[in-house]
Amino acid sequence: MTQAPEKTRPSVERPADAEGPAVGRPVDRVDGTVKTSGEARYAAEFPFPDIAHAAMVHSTITRGRITGIDTAEATAVEGVLAVITHENAPKMVPPGRPTPLDLSSMAPGTRVNYLNTDEVHWNGQPVAVVVAESLEAAHAAARLVRVTYDALPATTDFAAAQADATPVKGNLLEIGEAKKGDAEAALAAAPVSVDATYTTPPQNHNAIEPHATTAVWDGDRLTVHEATQGIEWVRKHLAVRFGVPAANVRVIATYVGGGFGGKGAVWAGTLLAVLAAKATGRPVRMALTREAVYRTVGGRTPTRQRVALGAGRDGQLTALLHEGVSAVGRMGGRSEAVGSQSQHLYAARTVLIRHSTTEMDTVPNTFMRAPGEAVGSFALESAVDELAVELGVDPVQLRTRNEPERSPTDGKRFSRQNLGRVYADGAERFGWAARDPKPRSMRDGRRLIGWGVASAFHMPIQLPADVSVRLAADGTVLVRSSFHEIGVGAATAQAQIAADALGVPVDAVRVEHGDSDQPVGPMAGGSGQTASLAAAVLEACDRIKREALALARKAPGSPLRGRRPAELRATGSGLFRADLPPGAESAGETYAAILTRAGRGYLEARTGSDNRLRAAAGQARFMTRFLLDRRRWVRAAIGAHFCEVAVDEDTGEVRVTRWVGVFDVGRVVNAKTATSQLRGGIVMGIGAALGEETLLDPRTGRIMNPGLGEYHVPVHADVPAIDVTYLDEPDPTAPAGILGIGEVSIVGVAAAVANAVHHATGVRVRDLPVTLDRLL
Amino acid sequence: MRPFAYVSAPDVDTAVRAIAEQPGAKLLGGGTNLVDLMRQDVERPTTVVDISSVPLTGVDELPDGGLRIGALVRNSHLAAHPLVRTRFPVLAQALLSGASGQLRNMATVGGNLLQRTRCLYFVDGAAACNKREPGSGCDAIGGFHRGNAVLGTSEHCVATHPSDMAVALAALDAVVEAQSVRGTRRIPLVELHRLPGDTPHLETVLDADELITAVEVPASAVAATSRYRKVRDRASFAFALVSVAAALDVEDGAVSAVRVALGGVAPKPWRAYEAERVLTGAPATEESFRAAAEAELADASGLPGNDFKIELARRTIVATLRQLRVEGGAA
Ligand SMILES: Cc1cc2nc3c(=O)[nH]c(=O)nc-3n(C[C@H](O)[C@H](O)[C@H](O)COP(=O)(O)OP(=O)(O)OC[C@H]3O[C@@H](n4cnc5c(N)ncnc54)[C@H](O)[C@@H]3O)c2cc1C
Ligand code: SF4
Repeated sequence: MTQAPEKTRPSVERPADAEGPAVGRPVDRVDGTVKTSGEARYAAEFPFPDIAHAAMVHSTITRGRITGIDTAEATAVEGVLAVITHENAPKMVPPGRPTPLDLSSMAPGTRVNYLNTDEVHWNGQPVAVVVAESLEAAHAAARLVRVTYDALPATTDFAAAQADATPVKGNLLEIGEAKKGDAEAALAAAPVSVDATYTTPPQNHNAIEPHATTAVWDGDRLTVHEATQGIEWVRKHLAVRFGVPAANVRVIATYVGGGFGGKGAVWAGTLLAVLAAKATGRPVRMALTREAVYRTVGGRTPTRQRVALGAGRDGQLTALLHEGVSAVGRMGGRSEAVGSQSQHLYAARTVLIRHSTTEMDTVPNTFMRAPGEAVGSFALESAVDELAVELGVDPVQLRTRNEPERSPTDGKRFSRQNLGRVYADGAERFGWAARDPKPRSMRDGRRLIGWGVASAFHMPIQLPADVSVRLAADGTVLVRSSFHEIGVGAATAQAQIAADALGVPVDAVRVEHGDSDQPVGPMAGGSGQTASLAAAVLEACDRIKREALALARKAPGSPLRGRRPAELRATGSGLFRADLPPGAESAGETYAAILTRAGRGYLEARTGSDNRLRAAAGQARFMTRFLLDRRRWVRAAIGAHFCEVAVDEDTGEVRVTRWVGVFDVGRVVNAKTATSQLRGGIVMGIGAALGEETLLDPRTGRIMNPGLGEYHVPVHADVPAIDVTYLDEPDPTAPAGILGIGEVSIVGVAAAVANAVHHATGVRVRDLPVTLDRLL
Repeated sequence: MRPFAYVSAPDVDTAVRAIAEQPGAKLLGGGTNLVDLMRQDVERPTTVVDISSVPLTGVDELPDGGLRIGALVRNSHLAAHPLVRTRFPVLAQALLSGASGQLRNMATVGGNLLQRTRCLYFVDGAAACNKREPGSGCDAIGGFHRGNAVLGTSEHCVATHPSDMAVALAALDAVVEAQSVRGTRRIPLVELHRLPGDTPHLETVLDADELITAVEVPASAVAATSRYRKVRDRASFAFALVSVAAALDVEDGAVSAVRVALGGVAPKPWRAYEAERVLTGAPATEESFRAAAEAELADASGLPGNDFKIELARRTIVATLRQLRVEGGAA
């Protein structure tokens, strides 16, 4: 019973070297070699002969004012170049308020103007920066900076702060309240109901590469090598803060060692590296310690959620209530929209979704993989399981029985509707039919075995993307855009898409990314990067093909003379008639032939524009289209998780022993990287389920486990074989049929584990993480 | 990390002289604990005396069948040693349950015994901690103390000793040999570490200038049937919430010989003498195991965040003894 099924590879996989389209194949990563050989450079690895190193000093009080900073001892350390404090720091323009018109205004992680103020707003806020000839000297001296404070009272206990929560109003991009009918009344009248409170703790991203910046000023021109998921945000934000034109700022992030949302906003390390470079006139590298990441980069905020469900005896949902309180930093951070998936996932006759927030004096929270859904699904999907138990209905059946025709809260249509299918596939792969619903009904020696399920649901966003595509006379292709390779295989995916669009082999395509000198790429967030880029790459490739055809049509000797685009297909590194086999005589010709005849070295197409005004107009146009689109469709990636746990009867230790995840993510560009993304989300979800918790001391708001020794992410031994499959069908409403896959698979994981734990033990754990003491 | 002087000692004499002459000196074994703590500014040695090339790396059989283990034997080497695996399986298991492969390749026997607590407030200079700064208070008591102790604590400190290896050694009646410029002495392992009382900063009976040269494990018939059970928050690479080192011999249904020691619950590797007393001669049954566990934990007292360890320790004692009874020792 604890055996994993034979099939652990994607059912739809085709060999990497198969004939036909590149999209869908498990093509090896184009960046594989440079990463395994160590050639790939990350932000902290760019050498400069006169580089200086910076280290932060963190506040040890929570809120108050600095009354004095004694830097004498630190300054005296050999090799120290400067100790920068609010008393001597160069000025930075304070961050502005975010506006929906310019998304990059959301860049600052916080409103605090570091080292330009004597105010302290959270325990760990940077209050000084030491710059030295060596990293060691910088760190040693940072310990010697003596700061005195006047402390003020602070709010640092989430449980207590909930009393002051206020409703989230909601705006274009964020839900506050959603309502349909009178849900409380329907709940009260329901023949069967559950009504419970769930909590989730603060969590941190823990990307393998800690945040790092290398900043170099040349007059009023600035270059930064940066670990970021949002190059354009960084560029614009630094320009604003340091009072230089955006055109003077170059941001380079060719490779980024993971982000998970933690590198979306601009955090202290980036600003202070640039500030230190300005103050010292030297290139400055700020490579954050893991502790500094915890103290200065926000994580996922804690939540307390109520989910109540009412149903008829047939299991039809009559009421769905999901109310969540989350903490936000007083100096920045956004609400955690825990009810996001609850608006759409199940056909409840009445619905009430409400969010509220309470301010805390902590490092501002930020996006973390599937913000909202990752923790919201824990409450919703646990409650659905509880209802299934109450009803005596199989939890898979209860979910599929409530699959909605249209989105229950707003009547919108779904672009795809496959909840039933992913559950059916998953149930078969997992062997769900053999499940005895009774808790404690399965065991393996002294270990209790349990099976649980939960739904995954995530709506990927779309972002504006500029790319340039250049087709050279030798048949090679260069794609350029300042997007982010944060480890997911983004460049490989675009190479595959361009290869198919132009009919060239994948290895004829080179992709340049991660540099603000390139056309402006989308940020790596909201699971939107790949699809957003694909739309732009396809458009650019179309233009190139039209231009190639225009050249050929006019050429007397060309077999393409007089042909229309619709009659042709791009294949064999050229354009050929679709009605003839590519090898046939006069079927078409190669780009090389077309370009050589026309005397052209290359053809290039650029989507979007670098002209600032037109770029702004383009962004506004894009947003309008995006919002209109959102009004028409619910476009979501979905999935079904099936999980087996073994719980030690003596000690309560929970181990996940088996996992099946079936997803509908639209078209899959690369079978290998997609599978690993989906699997990675499940691994991260297992972390949230069983161990991850940022320990914020309620007395001080200080993080007490700022490191991987005490913050428990899963280790290999915690992760079983994970069977991931997907439907691989294009979404007709999405660019190239692609939905995003970066986040969906973490959604529902914690609930699936907790549901399996309930099945194993009969104990319902409503507070994450599910540690053994909750099961004794 | 603060600047420090570095001395590499080729032999024991040079090392003990160096630490005797430099009051702020610290020995460096594998460095996996010391260097971390120096980075965190908790340890601030003026001189680091590197003993990693001192030739105390033998694992030798004693005439009686026991073992003499050099203080600089690496944890991974010791765990893999055939005599350890066959005669003292509990020790091999304890070692393998600790840290990670990379760390065990570095960690030495001496360093492992003297590694410091993982209390979250001990390693954070912003917190009050009587162990790090005598008289400053104890932030763990009113804060996070999930990993902290329930036995042998005081109102001044509730830290645990984090070693797994030491728990097995406590069960095995190991003896520590220490050398200084004044000579050599032998200390039973169970007496090496002190309870905190009102001086939690004093952790062992060693003087600052003493170097551990070896650990001796006497021959023991019961040790052949032994196990180490470590309960933790993830499957690997986590410190024990509770651990049990146990050895059991049963004759005619009654316990003829037994050793029990606990980890993760006390400021020192905790030899469970009370449990052993209850068990010796008693029927080898679930009831006796439970009674022994109850007796051992009778004086335990927890805090809101680690109270669960008391019941967890009882259950883990019972589970480990039951497994020894049913399945025998670790392979
Ligand atoms: C991430 C992580 C996880 C870990 N998990 C576990 C775990 O699960 N279980 C576990 O048991 N341990 C664990 N450890 C701790 C590890 O076992 C210890 O760090 C290691 O055993 C220390 O040995 P060392 O030789 O590196 O000691 P060092 O760091 O070199 O020294 C530690 C202390 O002992 C002193 N010392 C060293 N040798 C001698 C000597 N011969 N005589 C006198 N004094 C000496 C040093 O001066 C220092 O004070 C973990 C450590 C880390 C970093
Ligand atoms: S328990 Fe001991 S080590 Fe931990 S804070 Fe208190 S005094 Fe310090």
